[in-house]
Amino acid sequence: MNFAQFQKLPAYLRWPVLAFVGILVLSIVQFFTDQQLLTSTTTIQTALKWAMPILIAGLGGLFAERCGVVHIGLEGMMILGTWCGAWGALQFGSPWWGLVSGIVGGALGGLLHAIATVAFSVDHIVSGVAINILAPGTARYLSERVFTQMDGGSISQSPRVESLGDFTWPILAKGPDLLGKVERLDWFLISDLFGVLRGLLFQMTYLTAIGLALVPISAFLLNKTKFGLRLRIAGEKPLAGESLGINIYRQKFLGVIISGGLAGLAGSFIVLELAGLYRQNQTTGRGFIALAALIFGNWKARGVLTGAVLFGYPFGLSLRDLEGTATRSLLLVIAIALLAVVVWALSEKNKADAILAGAVAAGSLLFFFGTETAPKWLPGTMPYVLVLLVLVFASQRLRMPAAVGLPYRKGGS
Amino acid sequence: MKSPLFRRLLLAFAAPVAAFVFAFVLSSIVLILSGYNPIDAYGEMITNALKLESMIDMLNETTPLYISGVAAAIGFRMNLFNIGVEGQYQLAAFAAAVIGAKVVLPDGLHMLFVMGVAMVVGGLYSGLAGLLKVTRGVNEVISTIMLNSVATLGIIAGLFKIFLEKKSGGAVGGGTTPLAETAWIPDLNGFVELFTREITKGRKLTGMLVVAVIVGVLYHLFINRSRLGFDVRATGMNPLAAKVGGVPSKQMVLLAMVLSGVVAGLVGMPDLLSRTHAYDQGFTKLRGFAGIAVALLGRNHPGGMVGAALLFAFLNTSSGILQITGTASSEIVTIMQGIILLAAVVAYQMVGQVKQREEVKLASEATVGATA
Repeated sequence: MNFAQFQKLPAYLRWPVLAFVGILVLSIVQFFTDQQLLTSTTTIQTALKWAMPILIAGLGGLFAERCGVVHIGLEGMMILGTWCGAWGALQFGSPWWGLVSGIVGGALGGLLHAIATVAFSVDHIVSGVAINILAPGTARYLSERVFTQMDGGSISQSPRVESLGDFTWPILAKGPDLLGKVERLDWFLISDLFGVLRGLLFQMTYLTAIGLALVPISAFLLNKTKFGLRLRIAGEKPLAGESLGINIYRQKFLGVIISGGLAGLAGSFIVLELAGLYRQNQTTGRGFIALAALIFGNWKARGVLTGAVLFGYPFGLSLRDLEGTATRSLLLVIAIALLAVVVWALSEKNKADAILAGAVAAGSLLFFFGTETAPKWLPGTMPYVLVLLVLVFASQRLRMPAAVGLPYRKGGS
Repeated sequence: MKSPLFRRLLLAFAAPVAAFVFAFVLSSIVLILSGYNPIDAYGEMITNALKLESMIDMLNETTPLYISGVAAAIGFRMNLFNIGVEGQYQLAAFAAAVIGAKVVLPDGLHMLFVMGVAMVVGGLYSGLAGLLKVTRGVNEVISTIMLNSVATLGIIAGLFKIFLEKKSGGAVGGGTTPLAETAWIPDLNGFVELFTREITKGRKLTGMLVVAVIVGVLYHLFINRSRLGFDVRATGMNPLAAKVGGVPSKQMVLLAMVLSGVVAGLVGMPDLLSRTHAYDQGFTKLRGFAGIAVALLGRNHPGGMVGAALLFAFLNTSSGILQITGTASSEIVTIMQGIILLAAVVAYQMVGQVKQREEVKLASEATVGATA
């Protein structure tokens, strides 16, 4: 079966196959580099948690860009979400209120972006940049007013907040722990598969479950409902939508506000589940990585999930991999993936791509053999380099919403 | 009807004035809600700014902000969003500090060499984003953001330890080996003191101010007076028409990106050549993003950006006095900057629409008149 035939398979067949191939590559690398961390329960669990803010913010970006508004301000709205998330949790004494207040904070940022871009036709990137400058300043000002009055708080961080809690699947991941038993047998591939599965079921936080559930919910909303159809027409052919009596302004406002709310949710995820408190500069550019995950995912909910897992994985791994040896073996994974790109480019008779991918693969291999442990800066940089690599090889086959970034005026003037 | 010149001036200044008034009112409301007296706060800021030493601080702050604004503006003029000034200037300053400390050159030449290294590194790094755009179709907004993180979290973080200053006894310093005095840029204190009193409190007006002025003049000549600059503007206004008119769009993208990076390379120079003389951990950050704000506020105009950079520098340098006198929280200035910026872009957009409507009306009147 060749690649074109594979692409025609229904999604529910394609995705498990791709996931399986991914785990297969990881186990092969693991086998040859004598590692266990790449597919261990703890790594998968951490990686999943670290992928969540990227995923949720990426879904936020999805709603904005599908209705035609470029959303470079995701980062700023995530920052508002982090501050409001911590504030809500402290003010009302429950992390669930933190969640709600984080969503509201992000949505207010979304409203601001919508007013600027939709109501006043300000360039979307300009407005986004302005919000990214305004948001950290606002958060710092508010911290100075609010958190410095609290015990353990300061201008740059809040007192500790509680997490929303987690749950472990009985029988499969605890008690008899069937999955764990197989994982510990250390059989090639099979133990790895069970390790990954157990990582998904062991101590999953409720918020992670919500984040994962948002993927099918977003896909359903966008693709199967009247609301989604109207939203998408605002991003594809707004004038055609207008001629059918759809209020394009309303759709765009809704899309951007939902988008801000999701970015705020992603921000409160960082506060409630990853850090346990608000800290200045806590988002560390994840809003931008979310945007890259959105582009990588070709403006589709499932694609955003893949992008988020891909970009979140090195972060999660590096937190578990204190010696840096497992992160080093990721270089081998990257080389293998690039060699796959070479083969695929050759089959498409695309010499330039093949040479470029081959050269980068060779560089990655050289790096792998030249080091014993990964340097400290590598895991933090890897997602950004991955984004660049993916865009270098995939940019030309991605399709963004047709009217994204274009100003819309009623009546087409 | 009023005179056309008056109308033009009114339209040109309506937006910034409206934005400023709006931001002023909104900031006052924020101050009152926080329990501060806005009149006291503004009064303190202005009294402080009128002192000679504060003015020196302000100009020292204006210099890198203006250069950073020009770097961003070169891209904006052709609808290229170089969000990567931040990474470009950090990498350029780091490379210039490392390479500059390794060479021995006569006075003056050494300084120019360091600046040259910074410009080349900045240009190469932004050129990478340009190359990715023209050859692989990678959107420059995403690629420059990613390259920012690669530069600061990856390249600089990875190489920083290798090039730390080695002191006697095997100890290492907190930054790269300091530049020799031959690479320091002379200060302008002597020149300023010709007109005013003696500058006290150890304040030194950076010589990079002269470079910033040169950059501004060259930017004006390039954009408004050169053929290449015309091509850049044409591509920015209507890429298709420019292409049909024979402007090679790919070369234009590459050129604008590289030039933007070359100027970005200079952003770190006021710090490197006249203050720290080395790249250390506390090397000033975030000037690249502030430059984007300056370019947006100054409408990419060489003169407008001077005003924008001065305004932002005024706000930055007055944050300290607010804290010291307790008249307001020093963080209010970042909020003011954000509000001014957002209000300004909205106001510019609205005035632009009014202008466009008038032009359409005038054009239609003219054509009706011609056919009648």
